[in-house]
Amino acid sequence: MSANLSNKSLRTPLAEVRGLGSAKYGTEHWWHQRLSAIALIPLTVWFVFGVIRHLGADHAAFTAWLQSPFSALMMVLTIGVTFHHAVGGLQVVIEDYVHNEWAKLAAIIAVKFLGFALAAAGIIAVLKISFGA
Amino acid sequence: MVEFNLPANSKVGVGKTINAANGAKRAKTFKIYRWSPEDGQNPRVDTYIVDLDKFGPMILDAIIYIKNNIDSTLTFRRSCREGICGSCAMNIDGTNTLACLKAIEDVKGDVKIYPLPHMPVVKDLVPDLKHIYAQLASIKPWLQTQSPAPSRERLQSPEDRAKLDGLYECILCFCCSTSCPSYWWNGDRYLGPSILLQAYRWIVDSRDEMTGERLDNLEDPFRLYRCHTIMNCTKACPKGLNPAKAIAEIKKLMVVRR
Repeated sequence: MSANLSNKSLRTPLAEVRGLGSAKYGTEHWWHQRLSAIALIPLTVWFVFGVIRHLGADHAAFTAWLQSPFSALMMVLTIGVTFHHAVGGLQVVIEDYVHNEWAKLAAIIAVKFLGFALAAAGIIAVLKISFGA
Repeated sequence: MVEFNLPANSKVGVGKTINAANGAKRAKTFKIYRWSPEDGQNPRVDTYIVDLDKFGPMILDAIIYIKNNIDSTLTFRRSCREGICGSCAMNIDGTNTLACLKAIEDVKGDVKIYPLPHMPVVKDLVPDLKHIYAQLASIKPWLQTQSPAPSRERLQSPEDRAKLDGLYECILCFCCSTSCPSYWWNGDRYLGPSILLQAYRWIVDSRDEMTGERLDNLEDPFRLYRCHTIMNCTKACPKGLNPAKAIAEIKKLMVVRR
């Protein structure tokens, strides 16, 4: 079974199973993954069509498109929700496959920091174009 | 994180071949996983060629025949031979199922038989189930109430009783849990489909008064939420039950009670 189960432990199987008890957490994470997945359907469709519509367009046409309030709003939402969903999903993947507690913690911290930094960078870029700074 | 060495006894060798068919018209080859804790050897796959006219139509008939007539050291669990005790769960032809309900004629080519995947092996086809039994005990699979016990039986409407259909039939063979990749990787903390189906069986029971406490006990990133809807459980169940749906119902209740 799992690498975390010790055959040599003198604890009873029930003590191993009950462990540290229920975390009383998890529903929030699961619900956010579902909500962000639903939100990403229209956002991704909008994003893909937006990019296709500007195939071959020059830089000026592209920034003009992003300067409209609606495009900026949709782009900020797309970036925010995408990274929220990606960070949550990657956390689950890491929890699934990384069984060393320190490596797991380090990987989750790295993913969260990177995810938030990339989301912030993307949103600032959109705002900069939108407000024409 | 990365392990460069396989765990002990991971390499399965080729064992002995015994041809007991004697030129029979309907010969069939059974390749069976063998491992004994006593000889210090790695596991091996033994090959038995047998005459299908000598025994009944099911896989269990074949391995009982092999044990009785060819190789008495072959070890496996069996009891009822009619799909109600759940003892003879094993991996047959690449799928977890009950040996007593799996027809030999449904297997094309050689019949490959292994123990339930990813469980510690006691011997040959016998997996060590003490951890999963402890997981079952942890969800308290019995009726719990706060009200004083009634002087007669506890009543339940036909509609409420119908909610237990598709749940009470589970025989705890663990074909589902041992087919679940999430249970393979995180079975120490994830309860797995069989135990979660049992948990839901008591959560949805109208006579039980500890529904909230039962949900509290499951609200955990590992105990419940390692289920990623892979659906191997539902595909594997030899009784045609749907553990994945039971887990989804638990997740729905978790959201409803927020």
